[in-house]
Amino acid sequence: MLPTLQLGPLALQVPGLVLLAGLWLGLTLSERRARRIGENPGDLFNLVFIALIAGIIGARLSYAITYPSAFAANPLSLLSINPGLFDPLAGVFIGICAAAIYIYRKQLPFWSTLDALTPFFAVLAVAQGIAHFAAGSAFGTPTDLPWGINLWGATRHPTQIYEILLAAIILLAVYLIDKSQLGQTSGFTFLSFIALSSAARLFSEAFRGDSTLIGNGFRSAQIISWLVLAACLALLGRRVQLARTTEKTSQ
Amino acid sequence: MQRLNLTIWITFSTVVLLLGAIWIWFSITPPGTTTQGSIPAPQQGFLAPDFKLTTFAGDSYTLSELRGKPVLINFWASWCPPCRTEMPAIQRVYDEFQDQSFIVLAVNTTYQDDLGDAITFAQIRKLTFPILLDRDASVANLYDVRSLPTTFFVDPQGIISEVVIGGPMSEALLRIRAEQILEGNP
Repeated sequence: MLPTLQLGPLALQVPGLVLLAGLWLGLTLSERRARRIGENPGDLFNLVFIALIAGIIGARLSYAITYPSAFAANPLSLLSINPGLFDPLAGVFIGICAAAIYIYRKQLPFWSTLDALTPFFAVLAVAQGIAHFAAGSAFGTPTDLPWGINLWGATRHPTQIYEILLAAIILLAVYLIDKSQLGQTSGFTFLSFIALSSAARLFSEAFRGDSTLIGNGFRSAQIISWLVLAACLALLGRRVQLARTTEKTSQ
Repeated sequence: MQRLNLTIWITFSTVVLLLGAIWIWFSITPPGTTTQGSIPAPQQGFLAPDFKLTTFAGDSYTLSELRGKPVLINFWASWCPPCRTEMPAIQRVYDEFQDQSFIVLAVNTTYQDDLGDAITFAQIRKLTFPILLDRDASVANLYDVRSLPTTFFVDPQGIISEVVIGGPMSEALLRIRAEQILEGNP
């Protein structure tokens, strides 16, 4: 684990650096794909940039609205770089809304744009696994298996390694899907990525030692992943059906 | 495209979802087993490792004896600019919440600091919470402190609710975390 990298007086947060590197690499791959198929890579850059900025501002404002008295007493805290002062869920929601508005206003094709962004999302998923490994978060349950790692006072499932491996396999899979005939159906690459990522989380969550439990011991992340997987499989079927109908009409 | 038959897709999806549901059922774990509260480790969700240190004046503090009270453990050094910057905010939050049993333990990393400078800094800043001296790095090693400042928020049950590496922490963050721990909602 390497949560911080001390460079002289500077303590660099390794998980944050890894995510930034993932952001850059993922966006570069998405832009390269856009150039290859004749789309405008500038649109992708603007889309990601707007979504990120809106997400960051939204996450901070949402947090400030939740705890108004603390921020009223210290208004400068609105500009603090403390990651603990963000509301991640609100940030994701506002970022998605901003992206949707940009797509609508620029009249970008919805599913094709998501397909173009899939390499970006897939690389970010790998980076997230590496960030978890660096921080020692998303740790596993204790195990006697020979590949267990010594972490937080016990030999545990290396869930961060599982996460990195699964994300890398999915990155390769979506690359192959995108190149295949199925990838020609708009939305298929993106929906495949979401479906595979949900399935991977559903599988790996069983080995996590920090799961949030609901009901009678169900892991909430697995329930959410199963629902997302079901929705993706239904949408994938629908996309294929629509493509076949269009093909028949054109014949 | 024509090769992907819709009936086959529906069958495939059903099988995948059934397998997923079986896996979810197989993964059920008794409530409480995924929280690592009983194991001491310097990580969120784990029991805060116990330690005993003394102040400048020789007063002794043992973490486990503070069970039942929310505790902020801050590792610092007098030469560390973000540590110096966040101390006044920690003092203000301590002033506001100390009557609700909120405890601040400022662990000076004396093994890498000048004791005289640390005492002078605490006096100039009028710090009233206990300044503990970690002379041999034993507590810093126990808490795996790799950069300064590093702060641990510990709830009344002795469980670490959050670790903040680096700084300076904003006063809003300190105030919100103190309120959350006191309300039992870390």
